[in-house]
Amino acid sequence: MNDDLPLNAEDIAEITAIIEASPYRELDLSTRRFRLRLARADGAETGLTQEWQWAGSAPEAAAAEAAHTADPDAVAAPLPGTFYHAPQPGAPPFVAVGDVVGPETVVGIVETMKLMNPVHAGRAGTVAELIVPNATMVAKGQPLIRLA
Amino acid sequence: MIRRLFIANRGEIALRVIRTAKAMGMTTVLGVSSADATSLPALMADETVLLGPGPSSQSYLSVQQVVAAMVAAKCDAVHPGYGFLSENAAFARAVAEAGIRFVGPEIATLEGMGDKLAARALALEAGLPVLPGGEAATRAAVHARAAEIGYPLLLKAVAGGGGKGMRRVDRAEDLDVVLDMAQAEAQAAFGNAAVYVERFVAKGRHVEVQLLGDGTHAIHLGTRDCSIQRRFQKLVEEAPAPAMPEAARAGIEEAAVRLARHIRYRGAGTAEFLVDATDFSFYFLELNARIQVEHPVTEAITGVDLVEQQLLVASGKALTLTQAMVRPVGHAIEVRINAEDPDADFRPAPGRITRAAWPAGPGIRVDTHIAAGGEVPPFYDSLLGKLIVHGASREEAVVRLQSALARIRIEGVPTTAGLHARIAADPRFAAGGVDTGFLTGLAQ
Repeated sequence: MNDDLPLNAEDIAEITAIIEASPYRELDLSTRRFRLRLARADGAETGLTQEWQWAGSAPEAAAAEAAHTADPDAVAAPLPGTFYHAPQPGAPPFVAVGDVVGPETVVGIVETMKLMNPVHAGRAGTVAELIVPNATMVAKGQPLIRLA
Repeated sequence: MIRRLFIANRGEIALRVIRTAKAMGMTTVLGVSSADATSLPALMADETVLLGPGPSSQSYLSVQQVVAAMVAAKCDAVHPGYGFLSENAAFARAVAEAGIRFVGPEIATLEGMGDKLAARALALEAGLPVLPGGEAATRAAVHARAAEIGYPLLLKAVAGGGGKGMRRVDRAEDLDVVLDMAQAEAQAAFGNAAVYVERFVAKGRHVEVQLLGDGTHAIHLGTRDCSIQRRFQKLVEEAPAPAMPEAARAGIEEAAVRLARHIRYRGAGTAEFLVDATDFSFYFLELNARIQVEHPVTEAITGVDLVEQQLLVASGKALTLTQAMVRPVGHAIEVRINAEDPDADFRPAPGRITRAAWPAGPGIRVDTHIAAGGEVPPFYDSLLGKLIVHGASREEAVVRLQSALARIRIEGVPTTAGLHARIAADPRFAAGGVDTGFLTGLAQ
């Protein structure tokens, strides 16, 4: 059904020029497939913006972030991604249960968008539990490790 | 003829390829991971095939799954986009063995250009200047090379790309420690710890030449300057390279075409050069055998649809464009809008986009797969979209960029839009010709 993609950059530029030369502030167009809003930009002196919405894309609340209860003893994921216990497959884990850690101790890494982000303990303590298994997808704020 | 085109990529480039392929009358089949099943490119493709779960290693990077998907979908060609499997010779070979056309160069070219040292050797054969340096297989050889070319120098991964395994060494006493780090990073990223040594140019500009070839003829579509980078990755690109004598620009273009002819290059490719910002001497760095993220700035000034050219050459047609037909007009600038926090060392920021108001108007092109409600999954790179402006002159393009960036409103995740507004307002950027150290010196 999607034989033609609606409106390329040249089309948008032409419609924009028509609106700018008119007394109208915006064009809001809804079809079964998409909604396009071309409007004078808020806060900017000149020019328009384009906002698109597509029927069928991005279902609502598909990935509603789970509300994580604040646990003062847990080290939480600083950002969403894949949580790893060790720097490389086969390498020894950063920490094990019973290890004493300081605020700057790296207790794991979260891989997000191809970048490895260290997870710091954040406070001094002893590792009591590895809550999340190695190589697990975690949400931002999800508890990873419990300190005692 | 290509009737059914498989697209082995995601995001804005998948959408970009779908747009041209449909205009050429092809049926488009998109391979998607489960994280992208409701993405805009998935919605726009004629058909989609599920490759696997979100992580790239189990979907977009799995040669076996991607090839099986295009065979099952009875496709006669595959466009690999950029990144992922686009320059993977083993993938191109598996595609050929399945009787499917690969939209890209010969397998031998991918092999030759994937190995940075082999690429250097080919460039030397074609008579191109390269930076002093070269292979250094052992620790002793690295020390010998270092002593020969002096400091500061760069250690680079032989199998490299994307800045991984690349380290600068300022003093001889640091060499051993930095070498260990570069080799470990190269091993982790590419499964190959080999590094080589090159002179570091203090005030360098990154200038590249867009090439098109059909295996027999090769032409160039002018230069792009991509000197504004973070972590050796590009943030701002423009065409043509500004603030450079015409003779210097022509010399670089001519060298790039010489290399393309020497290796009988087929398809769209980009020769990258390091240009000394003070005397415009230039050195070949590498040849990227694929479409580049920044290809729209070249399209803006030449009016050539580079994806269309790729698909024509891949379907067996000779180039109909000649060098004389390429007449660049005006100046174009592209900025990458990434889901990253520039104030937290460009930390990636996946999440849900609550609002996406992109600029619109004459001389403005936006290539994006992101609209309100769009997800930015944590599995892939952080590119949300590209804003491309075109003007009759560079001054006009810069003014248009400033105005466009003042209007952009992306909400839900932090983006690089604000950083780009600061770059566009910087007098050094307005003057043109900044070097690769520009971002470090940018006022907050």
